[in-house]
Amino acid sequence: MPGRLKNMVMQHFEGQDKGKLVLFALSTCGWCKKTRELIEDLDANYDYVYVDLLHGKEREEVVEMVKKWNPQVSFPTLVINDEKCIIGFKEEEIKEAIG
Amino acid sequence: MNDFDEPSEDEVNSYYKKVKEEAESSGYHLNSNPEFTKELLKSILINEKRYGYGACPCRLASGDRGDDLDMICPCDYRDLDLVDYGTCFCGLYVSGEILRGEKRLKSIPERRPSPEEREKIKRGRSKILTELSEPVWRCKVCGYLCAREKPPEICPICKVSSDRFERFM
Repeated sequence: MPGRLKNMVMQHFEGQDKGKLVLFALSTCGWCKKTRELIEDLDANYDYVYVDLLHGKEREEVVEMVKKWNPQVSFPTLVINDEKCIIGFKEEEIKEAIG
Repeated sequence: MNDFDEPSEDEVNSYYKKVKEEAESSGYHLNSNPEFTKELLKSILINEKRYGYGACPCRLASGDRGDDLDMICPCDYRDLDLVDYGTCFCGLYVSGEILRGEKRLKSIPERRPSPEEREKIKRGRSKILTELSEPVWRCKVCGYLCAREKPPEICPICKVSSDRFERFM
């Protein structure tokens, strides 16, 4: 992600380093909330963004990033180490990937 | 975090009561976890304030009602997902099986077509030519059919607005 955009839109949770985790989420979504809670229970460092709270160009750019991993642009989309992506609240898969 | 004031606890509680009664009176079930369910309903109220319509809280709304008609709660995909997975995409509506605890509630795949696919579907919509005395309208939420000049203002079965109907025959 371009550094400028990252600084503007991404929120950070400080935990332990368990790889690079980027979570694309919606502020209104129940499964997104559960995903955040799980990652925080696992005490992992991660960046997240609530795409529904972005507007205009910012939102477009972030949606394009999600589309690369998940053409349906559904949430939550969790990108791990820029190489793998978990779509939806898949508890076991997330635990396996970062636990 | 939000651009608007959050709905009050009273607003959420009375909305919960209303949606629950409506669901149960027409054979649907809300998720039995009140905390999770009220959180989703609160989000629908937030979306109503934000966009002017109760967009699905687990999908990204565009702000254009016409583009989002299929995902105004209850969405066009709820009934299909209840049959296939026992839950709607959000986990707001669940099947009897899940309600009774015979099956575990899980996050399910997204059925809504991608933005590109939706564009294609829109373009590909063709006129249906028939010799019926009246056109037949279908409610895309609950499947109710009626033969009349225009669809009803409100679906008599599931209470969604007339713009959720499609010409069926």
